[in-house]
Amino acid sequence: MRRLFDLGLALALGIALAFLLLPILALFLRVSPGTLFAQLGSGVARDALWVSVKTGLIAHAFVVGLGTPAAYLLGTRRFRGRQLLLTAIELPLVLPPAVAGIALIAVFGRRGLLGGTLEAAGVTVSLTQAAVVLAVAFVASPFYLRQAVEAFAAVDRTLLDASRTLGAGSFRTFRRVALPLAAGGLGAGSVLAWARGTGEFGATIMFAGSLRGQTQTLPLAIYAQLDQDQTVAIAIGALLVLVSLVVLLSVKLLPSWTRFSSGWPTPFARSASR
Amino acid sequence: MDALQLRLAHSLRSFRLEVALEVGAETVALVGPSGAGKTTVLRAIAGLFRPEEGMVAVDGRVWLDTEHGVDLPPERRSVGLVFQEYALFPHMTVAENVAYGGRQRVPELLETLGLARLARARPGELSGGERQRVALARALARDPSVLLLDEPLSALDVHTRAHVRAELRELLRRLRLPTIVVTHDFEDAAALGERIGVIVEGRIVQLGTAADLIAAPASPFVAEFAGLNLMPGVARARGDGLTEVTLADGTLILSTDPGEGPVGVVVYPWEVALARSAPVDSTQNHVRGPISTVVPVANRVRVRVGPLTAEITASSAKRLGLEPGQTVVASFKATGTRLVELA
Repeated sequence: MRRLFDLGLALALGIALAFLLLPILALFLRVSPGTLFAQLGSGVARDALWVSVKTGLIAHAFVVGLGTPAAYLLGTRRFRGRQLLLTAIELPLVLPPAVAGIALIAVFGRRGLLGGTLEAAGVTVSLTQAAVVLAVAFVASPFYLRQAVEAFAAVDRTLLDASRTLGAGSFRTFRRVALPLAAGGLGAGSVLAWARGTGEFGATIMFAGSLRGQTQTLPLAIYAQLDQDQTVAIAIGALLVLVSLVVLLSVKLLPSWTRFSSGWPTPFARSASR
Repeated sequence: MDALQLRLAHSLRSFRLEVALEVGAETVALVGPSGAGKTTVLRAIAGLFRPEEGMVAVDGRVWLDTEHGVDLPPERRSVGLVFQEYALFPHMTVAENVAYGGRQRVPELLETLGLARLARARPGELSGGERQRVALARALARDPSVLLLDEPLSALDVHTRAHVRAELRELLRRLRLPTIVVTHDFEDAAALGERIGVIVEGRIVQLGTAADLIAAPASPFVAEFAGLNLMPGVARARGDGLTEVTLADGTLILSTDPGEGPVGVVVYPWEVALARSAPVDSTQNHVRGPISTVVPVANRVRVRVGPLTAEITASSAKRLGLEPGQTVVASFKATGTRLVELA
């Protein structure tokens, strides 16, 4: 009886693994590695890679540059409405991508909330690379913010107090004590946000369109190549699998690189428990 | 003029903190039960806590004056605060921790505090006593006008504690900085503080030397807290296995505890018996002298004879007719004493 049960368990695991891994393996099996590599050199793939990297870097600079100080405030100060804010920044995490797209259009689109003002200033956002950056930043930033708030909250307050009594002002305390001690969590959040940003599809295609060399990122290129040249689509897919693998490994390994952060937050753990 | 002047008032959860204190170039120990507001006092001086009303001035410079809207941030107050768990920066080496407070004095401080060998170690690799010295060095690197120590010995195990306490006492005497040490242990307070303030529910109920507090406690609570005589002296081993301690006034005390050099003789006041003349019994220590004070504490009386305070029942005191000025003999057994290291 027990043997049968164990066999059942193993079978379930086998089916689950096959279901999850077979499609990924298929990407590498359908086309030979040589072709795969060659297809990545194709114009469409190269353009998409360039758009992805460029918009990704700009969006990431915004996410980390603004997210870090914002998270420091949320993670180290106690004030009224803090819980509400923490929940609010998590909202985009659960928002369907199509909603994110239409929401961005509602703000930055020609007839959107800020569209008129922007147009008067001679700036068009919709269907430009700026739109890609906004879409990527919109969906990716909650991943960073959440981890960063947790990382800063885990820094022992007494250390921040000690720094102040040793003559360091608030900024020096942030730079020399809080930042290095939160580095592990910040790194993990940064990697997760980058991963989410790279995979962004729905909001981008609605808000920025899929213009080759302009707004066509890697995921959009896969979609576009589907009815044109499937090998290109598969090659890009394989590339993104490798990128994802690197992301996953670095998130798993980051904690051991930063041995000083005391409470290292687990990715995807509920942050509202605090 | 006193170097540190302090006046604080703040409503805490169950009582009101109201403390006024002046500290010269000396160490004042604030002693009291946990939750009495001791740490809050230190945090207010350092600028980490803002009281509802208060004034803090050091060497005539005002750090806090709520009435006139003066409130310097912590980094602008020349203060060295040693936190209870030391709060060393885990990502920096010992030298970097010390340099955080100020670079000039780093080599000198590492040398004085015996940390030169550990300069490149990280706090995680240090023992409790070493961490405490790093915390002290770091606080002193800023060349502070005031030194504040929050329970500096509580994070240490019993064995290290006695030794570190002796070192700390020696260092504080050498520095001659206005220093406040917060502790819940009267023995620590008596060893470290030249004056002791007993703080209960936010108020300093009595301030004086350790000998004053034990001889004339202002309340039964202080009496309970100030529960031991600590008499500094110099110890020397005798041939018969006992230790002989010479007190400052020349009195000789015998102890079964081993010891050598500067020590404090600890005797509980209830271990001390009083008589009109030296009794013929097993007690080996007899201190003859005039009674300086007779202070009733509940159903007991504390009688001070020379460096020593005895606690006897009120009825015994009445029977003996004890009064200040009378010469009596205070006796206690060598086995009733304990010797603590005092550097």
